[in-house]
Amino acid sequence: MAKAKAKPTRAQQTSPAASSKFDLVGGLRDAAIAALIAFLLAIPLLSERTVQEAGGLVLENRWWLAFTAAVLVFAGRLALNLFEQSRRNAGDGLRAAISRNTAWLGDTSRFLAPGLLVFAVILPIFPFSDRYIMDLSVLVLTYVMLGWGLNIVVGLAGLLDLGYVAFYAVGAYAYAIIAVHYDLSFWVCMPIAGVMAAMWGIILGFPVLRLRGDYLAIVTLAFGEIIRIVLLNWTDLTNGPNGISGIPRPTLFGLEFKPFGENTFANFFGLDYSPLQRIVFLYYVILALALLTCAVTIRLRRLPIGRAWEALREDEIACRSLGINTTNTKLTAFAIGAMFGGIAGSFFATRQGFISPESFTFIESAIILAIVVLGGLGSQVGVAIAAVVLIGGFELFRELENYRMLIFGLAMVLIMVWRPRGLIATRMPSVFLKDAKTIGADLVGEGHR
Amino acid sequence: MEYFLQQLINGVTLGSIYGLIAIGYTMVYGIIGMINFAHGDIFMVGAFISLIVFLAIIGLGITWIPLTLLLVLVIAMALTSIWGWTVERLAYRPLRESFRLAPLITAIGMSIVLQNFVQIAQGARVKPLQPIITGGYALMERDGFVVILSNIQILIVTTTVVLMALFSLIISKTSLGRAQRACEQDRLMASLLGVNVDRTISLTFVMGAALAAVAGLMYLLYYGVIDFYIGFIAGIKAFTAAVLGGIGSLPGAMLGGLIIGLIETFWSAYFSVEYKDVAAFSILAIVLIFLPSGLLGRPEVEKV
Repeated sequence: MAKAKAKPTRAQQTSPAASSKFDLVGGLRDAAIAALIAFLLAIPLLSERTVQEAGGLVLENRWWLAFTAAVLVFAGRLALNLFEQSRRNAGDGLRAAISRNTAWLGDTSRFLAPGLLVFAVILPIFPFSDRYIMDLSVLVLTYVMLGWGLNIVVGLAGLLDLGYVAFYAVGAYAYAIIAVHYDLSFWVCMPIAGVMAAMWGIILGFPVLRLRGDYLAIVTLAFGEIIRIVLLNWTDLTNGPNGISGIPRPTLFGLEFKPFGENTFANFFGLDYSPLQRIVFLYYVILALALLTCAVTIRLRRLPIGRAWEALREDEIACRSLGINTTNTKLTAFAIGAMFGGIAGSFFATRQGFISPESFTFIESAIILAIVVLGGLGSQVGVAIAAVVLIGGFELFRELENYRMLIFGLAMVLIMVWRPRGLIATRMPSVFLKDAKTIGADLVGEGHR
Repeated sequence: MEYFLQQLINGVTLGSIYGLIAIGYTMVYGIIGMINFAHGDIFMVGAFISLIVFLAIIGLGITWIPLTLLLVLVIAMALTSIWGWTVERLAYRPLRESFRLAPLITAIGMSIVLQNFVQIAQGARVKPLQPIITGGYALMERDGFVVILSNIQILIVTTTVVLMALFSLIISKTSLGRAQRACEQDRLMASLLGVNVDRTISLTFVMGAALAAVAGLMYLLYYGVIDFYIGFIAGIKAFTAAVLGGIGSLPGAMLGGLIIGLIETFWSAYFSVEYKDVAAFSILAIVLIFLPSGLLGRPEVEKV
């Protein structure tokens, strides 16, 4: 609250006397300036479109777009100004208002978790669960698992990893290559893929984990890109940009999900074959894997290593002073996060049956990171909800291919600005004296400013 | 030898472009200690604005190339600066007091916004431009291999050197530069002594964006094709250059840019084109691990 007060808008700076009333003139002037800036921003990029024609590029004039942008910004800025002023008259700023009005998210999250779990378990028996819904649910759960995996690294240990997709890729390719070349089943390969990813996490992590937060972020980003480029160009092993196809599907204790054949699921239980059986099976596999990730995370938080992670996130120097080996602590977080990423990757490979380097671009890392950040760094339920909202939202706006990424980016900025600790921004400390107090994360500072 | 010389020329040209972008990273990191992840996309926006302004000016009938380019340069610098300012105002200033990684996350968001905005507004196709500055000098010739120093390369390197000198002067001699260095040392103290910290930081972003616009124009003239995705890779490489030269140091950014440009060119020429990005990124990791303060940077003292 104090923060919002300490930063008066330009409207207020120009007329401090009017702080108790609506300052319409100041608000209008501020909105006009914002509109002018929006217009200047829109002039070349929005109002002129370059079009390829026979003789070369020509410009196509769309001045109305620039004016529309300016008008929209004017209206939006004015509304925001007036809203903030009325808020401030009532005693607090926009940020505090949003923080308060979304606080129920944190309160309900406690009851939300069991409810969500039950819903997830019985989802396939609902009548509306057709093939489309189940496919989407499998996708969402994959991201939930990835989010929980990355949450160990970013949310608990406080290490910003922008290359998480690299481990997802390592897991997927490890499974695909082993399964295609050595004809091993999914259940054998999945742990191998997890171990491979964890190994890469250690190899990549060991040299860089002593770096400061933002340097670490950039280096992990670079590693993510390196792995993608290697996958793209190491044609002998990965088949380059064409990817690997014909990846075997998972089986249920040797029972396959195929329309015909001896040893199929439908045959064994005397059912008619339906493609939905395979999807429901995949759904339960990824649900189990995601829950495993969650359970391991919750257990680890109670162990010394988990407590060390959280301590590290809050204050690295204090940790070092208390004798915690920060490099090893970070490395375990990195490796465990990578392992879950790799397992999710092997699931992705077996679900798709086909993988190519295109599935593992930086934007994928950004989406997973956004899930963790929007969910509230460190909150398990928050991450799950954020995954449902984000991936579900992506699916809803499927036709608006580019616009949805634009909105996604904007949402990332706005949520960070207005609710920097994510939607569910309460943290229950794992360690406490006498009674557990939920800390509103807005109140918690962070070690390294 | 001729081949080597040619690659050297190409590498210096590429390095100049990286250096210009790297200055934006290094100034922002120096003053507020954050990686302006969206800076690479500001460079991309600058390239697009240059392209559009160029086409518009040609459309107006001004065809004398030096005048056209000068106009494009000035207009693109001005318009791109507004983008840089806006990004700072919207995404970074509200988070000045927040936890350290918050602005980095909004920066990634901004980068996604800029890329997709340009993609929507201008289309996803690559935008080709016919060569505007042609010709050059044949420096030497042997066995049919001619070493060419083209006019565009001369232009790029000269512009870079002039702008570098100009900006170094601004930093070292003007009151704005003094304010910037004061904010870099201690923001609170600077504000107590009457420096308008917010304004100084904004101006830093404006300067960085203006230089990125120049780099965008140079990229457009040199390669002749741009698309909405060029900012990502160029941004990481320029950041590598800034780190290599010592982050916070202007000459360091230029030196780093040159080294990265040379390494990338020689790697492509003698080893493999496919892995040239891997080379650049590996250098980033190696430098950060073994030489975190860079070539010309001050070693950072950690306060406990």
